[in-house]
Amino acid sequence: MSISEILFYALSAVSLVSALMVITSKNPVYSVLWLIITFFTISGHYLLLNAQFLAIVNIIVYAGAIMVLFLYVLMLMDLRKESEPQKNKWLKLAGAVAGGSLLLVLVAALRNADTRMAEINTGNIGLIENLGRVLFTEYVVPFEIASILFLSAMVGAVVIGKREKTIRTTTNTLQQEKTAEAVTA
Amino acid sequence: MPINYYIFLSLALFIIGIIGVLTRRNVIIVFMCIELMLNAVNLLLVAFSKMHHLAAAGAGNAVNNVGSEGQLFVFFIMVVAAAEVSVGLAIIVMLYRNTRSVDINFLNRLKH
Repeated sequence: MSISEILFYALSAVSLVSALMVITSKNPVYSVLWLIITFFTISGHYLLLNAQFLAIVNIIVYAGAIMVLFLYVLMLMDLRKESEPQKNKWLKLAGAVAGGSLLLVLVAALRNADTRMAEINTGNIGLIENLGRVLFTEYVVPFEIASILFLSAMVGAVVIGKREKTIRTTTNTLQQEKTAEAVTA
Repeated sequence: MPINYYIFLSLALFIIGIIGVLTRRNVIIVFMCIELMLNAVNLLLVAFSKMHHLAAAGAGNAVNNVGSEGQLFVFFIMVVAAAEVSVGLAIIVMLYRNTRSVDINFLNRLKH
């Protein structure tokens, strides 16, 4: 058993356990932390596959940016443990059974598929040199479209997240009228 | 490493994400499970890209960059996921501001 296989099994076990902890933790903050561990193990898998650019981007974008955003949103909200909504246990059981049967069907369908080897530890297609050349020659138009997508997502997030001014101003005028009435009375 | 191991690993991660979406009611955890499913698909794409690279290396090409498209696709999936997370978290913050709760059942009617 080579060291790559040992690393593969260890990373797989850690990622499966931490993914299970994501959906079973009661506290959402712990879920976020377990999800960060899952993303780090997936980055480890990328390193094992010699996809170093994607490993770094996965750590920077997912574990660095997206999960910090999740943590910020969680800390903006004042979540008590007893106020967290729970489905009733039959619905939970039905969801687990549905997911488990999907797993069963897919595993049974793919169990006898003929296997091919995926190359680990060698091959230089995952390095920045190759990926950068392909990205900026053949895929430069999708790359620019991605920047437009980011711009529109930014505008959309600001528009959605903005407080609605009109409601606040109407309530303010109502309050001012009430205080004016109180003063005249 | 046989490709089947990667298929089953990412299948298990994807199913865990699906079970999380089906069983939890906290909308943030549902969103995190969607991110988990995206990552399972990314892992499988990278494994398949390395599989095709190994298959093309046997053919003896001079410049072998077969499989770069799969990894670039993963890169674009990450770009889309980042945009999606920003908009989705804005929607969640708006939901919390209007209802003081993160229960996903408040989203069953998308109007007041």
